[in-house]
Amino acid sequence: MRIRLKLYGALGALLAGSAAAADLNVGVEVPNLNVAEYHRPYIAVWVAHEDNSVATNLAVWYQQKTGKDAGSGKQEQGSKWLADLRQWWRRSGRSSTLPIDGVSGATRPAGVHRLSFNDKQPQLAGLKPGKYELVVEAAREVGGHELVRIPFQWPPAAASHADAKGEVELGSVSLDLAP
Amino acid sequence: MKTIRPLAALALALFAAGAAHAHKAWLLPSATVLTPDQWITVDAAVSNDLFYFNHVPLRLDNLVITAPDGAAATAENPFTGKFRSSFDLHLDKNGTYKVALVNNGLSASYELNGEKKRWRGKAEDLAKDIPAEAKNVQITQSTGRVETFATAGKPNDTALKASGKGLEMTPVTHPNDLYAGEPAKFRFSLDGKPAADLKIEIVPGGSRYRNAQNEMNLTTDKNGEVSVTWPAAGMYWLETTLEDKNASVPKATSRRASYVATFEVLAQ
Repeated sequence: MRIRLKLYGALGALLAGSAAAADLNVGVEVPNLNVAEYHRPYIAVWVAHEDNSVATNLAVWYQQKTGKDAGSGKQEQGSKWLADLRQWWRRSGRSSTLPIDGVSGATRPAGVHRLSFNDKQPQLAGLKPGKYELVVEAAREVGGHELVRIPFQWPPAAASHADAKGEVELGSVSLDLAP
Repeated sequence: MKTIRPLAALALALFAAGAAHAHKAWLLPSATVLTPDQWITVDAAVSNDLFYFNHVPLRLDNLVITAPDGAAATAENPFTGKFRSSFDLHLDKNGTYKVALVNNGLSASYELNGEKKRWRGKAEDLAKDIPAEAKNVQITQSTGRVETFATAGKPNDTALKASGKGLEMTPVTHPNDLYAGEPAKFRFSLDGKPAADLKIEIVPGGSRYRNAQNEMNLTTDKNGEVSVTWPAAGMYWLETTLEDKNASVPKATSRRASYVATFEVLAQ
């Protein structure tokens, strides 16, 4: 995992602590994989405290409708495999009622998917000033599992951009913050 | 007489649990951390290698499954074959299930008309099976628990409470919240009191494919607690045994107690 962190604008420091709106934008790349049997990955995106507990869930993409199990051909709930997102399941999923309003969504195809939040939205409204990590976890049926983390400070003192890159199951993950 | 052999083997495994080269008894769940309303299947066997069925099955006669609300749960599709027993379990309640084989038996040695005899059985058959005129009667009580745990949804502790009888383990770290590189703490008790200075052995599964057992040897502290940091993800087998004079059956003069559990440690 590579992390690049750039800070833009010294002026941003002056705004820290003010009541101005703050934005958090996440980019998650679902990579194109040339494999014999491909299923879209289950992906969870959340903000973690320093002790790894979940501060807020941003997105969980999984098969939400009853579908056919690849192995048996029988109908089953897509939520059955959410435990494969094992860190998210441990930290948040198992104590949540599914689907999570505004968080649960369908699986996404290969490509870059963007999530945008501001501090007025319920996902970020409760986020107290402090150190956090953006965590993106992917688990793919008959594929692998990967976790990518980007540390950040909230609220942002200045506009910033950070990148991380997954090895296989995740492409680039980006975090853009703006005060 | 199909049923006799596995039963005898089980008795042997449990009664010999204190011996240095005892076979290992175990339960092996197909999964331990699940979303709500899923099924698991559990194998029960006795073997030297973990976790391979190559010796004898563990009988399911004394299977006790405790649901997350403390009620008893029922094993579905139970079967006992040549090498293993198996059953399915529907985790239809949210929380933690404890699956346990709870054994309690007696063994005796005595002399009758100058001849040495041995007996194994249940407490209620003692008076019937050992003649009143027997001499030098030595009775040992053997108790044992073989356990594993599985959780659907959010873990809870209701099924994990100790009964206060015999040798038991009460998790301090939840048994379905175990991860590679993280420490986990377990508390052992004997008749509800902390079991201090107890020797605990933990062996990782997959032993067929390595040259050493790679066992971890731990000793409980004065609170009956041990802490283990899991070296890697996988299934682990834990065993401890003890002997004392505190048998709960009136005529028994000594007691052997064993406790075995299987834990799944997840990758980070």
